[in-house]
Amino acid sequence: MTDAAPLTTADGRPLKASLASAQARSRRRAFLLVLPLLLFILVTFVVPIGQMLFRSVHNDAFSANMPNLVAWFAENPAGTDPDEAAFAALAADLLLARENRTAGQIGTRVNYDLSGSRSLFTSGARSANRYEAPFREALLDKDEDWGDPQLWQVMRSASSAYTGSFYLAAVDATRDETGAITWAAENRQIYIDLFVRTLLLSALITFLTFLLGYPIAHLLATLPLRYSNLLMIFVLLPFWTSLLVRTTSWIVLLQQQGVVNSTLVATGIIDDGNRLSMIYNQAGTIIAMTHILLPFMVLPLYSVMRPIPPSYVRAARSLGASSWKAFRAVYFPLTVPGIAAGGLLVFILAVGYYITPALVGGASGQLISNLIAYHMTTSLNWSLAAALASILLGLVLLLYWLYDRLIGIDNLKLG
Amino acid sequence: MPAPSYATPLEKTWYYVYRVICALIFLFLIAPILIIIPLSFNAEPYFTFTEKMLSFDADGYSTRWYDLLLTFGMQAPDGARDWSWWGDVWANATWVQVAKNSVIIGFFSTILATCLGTLAALGLSRPEMPFRRAIMAVLISPMIVPIIITATGLFFFYSATGLAGSYVGIVLAHATLGIPFVIITVTATLIGFDHSLTRAAASLGADPTTAFFKITMPLILPGVISGALFAFVTSFDEVVVVLFIAGFDQQTIPRQMWNGIREQISPAILSVATILVIFSIALLTTVELLRRRSERLRGLSPA
Repeated sequence: MTDAAPLTTADGRPLKASLASAQARSRRRAFLLVLPLLLFILVTFVVPIGQMLFRSVHNDAFSANMPNLVAWFAENPAGTDPDEAAFAALAADLLLARENRTAGQIGTRVNYDLSGSRSLFTSGARSANRYEAPFREALLDKDEDWGDPQLWQVMRSASSAYTGSFYLAAVDATRDETGAITWAAENRQIYIDLFVRTLLLSALITFLTFLLGYPIAHLLATLPLRYSNLLMIFVLLPFWTSLLVRTTSWIVLLQQQGVVNSTLVATGIIDDGNRLSMIYNQAGTIIAMTHILLPFMVLPLYSVMRPIPPSYVRAARSLGASSWKAFRAVYFPLTVPGIAAGGLLVFILAVGYYITPALVGGASGQLISNLIAYHMTTSLNWSLAAALASILLGLVLLLYWLYDRLIGIDNLKLG
Repeated sequence: MPAPSYATPLEKTWYYVYRVICALIFLFLIAPILIIIPLSFNAEPYFTFTEKMLSFDADGYSTRWYDLLLTFGMQAPDGARDWSWWGDVWANATWVQVAKNSVIIGFFSTILATCLGTLAALGLSRPEMPFRRAIMAVLISPMIVPIIITATGLFFFYSATGLAGSYVGIVLAHATLGIPFVIITVTATLIGFDHSLTRAAASLGADPTTAFFKITMPLILPGVISGALFAFVTSFDEVVVVLFIAGFDQQTIPRQMWNGIREQISPAILSVATILVIFSIALLTTVELLRRRSERLRGLSPA
C-alpha cells in the first residue's frame, strides 16, 4: 500500500488535501450563515447581560469620589486605627463631595453595607467647609459615629471599586468590623428565604403541571389522530394566548367578587362572609403559573408518548400483567424522557417568572425576579440587583446545561 | 373508543373516571380563556355574571367596554360619530395608539428575527457546522434566561448607548427574544429536508442562489412563516422589556394592560383580552394549517 501512488484529483492534487479543503470550505460556509445572528445575539443579548453582571462586583461610587481616603487606605494596612491623617483625608474628601455634590452617591454606597450611614455623609459634607485641624476632634464633634470602627471597615472595603459585598448581601451576610463574615439571624433573612421560596414554589408548580399534564398527554397520545388533533386545541390555545390575558382571567375568576367565589356562594358551599382569598397571595401565583406553564409540560410529554407502540402494553397484558402493572412496568418507564424534558423546561421557566407573580402574587407570592425588579426600580440598589440576578442566572444556566446534556436543545419542540 | 371487551369491571370504571378527570383538566386549561368573552359584554362594572346575564336578558349585556376602548384618551369623545370622530379615535385614543405601536414594533422585530433566524437555521442544520451544539445553546438562550435579567441588562446597555426610549431599541430587543422560536421551528422543518433536491438543482445548472429560492425556500416556507408568527406573538405579548426601556411614546398593548391590571382593573381590560383571544385563535389556526402543509410537502404524513 505504501508504495502505491497517492490518489489524486483530476488536476493532480492529492485527494486527501482536496477533500480537506472542500470540507473546510463547506464548514466555513455553514459558519458564515450563522455568523450574522451570532454577532447580533452577542451585541444585543450577551454583552448587555455581561455588563449588568459586572455591576455586581464593581461599584465606584465611593472609590471614584473619595480620592484622599482611598490613598490613606492604600498606605495603611487593614486593622490600622484611623489617625489624624485619616480624618484629614476624610475632611478633604467631604469638602470635595460638597463641591461636586456627590455626597448622596457616596453615602448611598456606604449605606448598602452599613444601613443608616447615608445621612452621616450628606450632613457631613454639608458642613465640610467648616472643619479645621485637628480634624479628628472636629469630625467627632460633628457626629461621633465617624469614630465607629465598623464604618471605617466598610469604607475600607468600599475604597476598592471591586467588591464581593453585594454577593454577601444577596445571601443575607455582612462583614463585621474585623472583616469576618456574619450571617443574618434566621428570622431576618430576606434573600435566602426568597431563593428557597422560589425553588420550592417552582418545584411545586412543576409537580402540579406533571400531575395535570400526564393524564391528558396520555389521552392525546392514545386517541386516534383526528380526535387528538381537535383536543390539542385545548392545549395550544392557552399556549398562543397572551400571558397578560391569561393572568387577567385568573384575577377575574379568583378574586373575592369573582366568578369562582360567586358560584360557590350561589351554590351554598360557602357563605357570603367567608369568600375564599385565592388571589394576591401564594395560592394565586401557584394556580395561575400552573395554568400558564401546563402546555410546556404537555407538549414534550405528548411528543414522547405518541411514538410508543400500543402493542407494548397489550403484550404485557397478554403475558398476564394487570393493567396497573403493565402501566407501571412498561409504559411509564418509556415516558420518563418526556417527564424529564417537560419537568426541566417548566422548572427553568418557573424559577425566573416575573409577570404573573408581580400581578397576582400579592406579598407572599413574590419570587426572586420580583425582588430583582424591586431593587432595579424602587430601591435603586443596582449592584445588589445585579448580584441577585447573577445568582439566578447561574442557577438557570446550570439547569439549561443539564437540559442540553439530558435532552438536547435540538429536541425542543413547540406546538 | 370504548373500553376493551376484556376489561374487568374495575378497569371499566377507571376508564370512565379517567375520561372525566381528563375532561376536567381540559376545562381547567380552556375555561379561564373563554370565560372572559361573555364577561366583557357585562353591562355592569363587575367581574362576575349578573342575574340579568344569567337569565339572558338583553339589558344585562352591552358593548360599553368596547366603546370605552375607542373613547378613552380622545379629545372629544361625546361628539357625533362622523368622520372627524373616527379621525379623533385614530389620532388620539390611547388603545389605538398602543395598538399601532405594538404592530409597528412587532412587524419590524419579526422581519429582523425571521431573516437572521432562518439564515442561521440553514447553517445550523448542515452536518458540517462547527461547534453546532454550543452555538445553538447560545442562540436559544434568550428564551431560557429569565426575562427580568434580559430587561435589566438591556436597561443599562441602552442607557449607555442612547437607545433607551427609542423604537430601534425595542425592535432589537424583541427580535432577540423572538429568534429562538424562529430557529426552533425552522430547524424542525429542515430535519426532514432532502438535500439531494438541492444537489439535483445544482447538477442541472442552478447556482446556489437560484437553488435556494426555487427549491429550498418553497419547501421550508411553512416553517419560516410559523417561526415568524411565533416571533410576532413574542413581541406582541412582551411587557417586561417595554416596562424597562420604553419611553412614553412606545407604550404597547401589553404595557397598557399592565397599567390597567395594576391600577384599577375594569371590564375594559376584558374587552381587550377578548380581542386578543380572538387574535390568538386566528394565529393558532394559521399555524396549524401551515404545519399540516409543511408535513404534506415533506411527505411526513399522507395528504
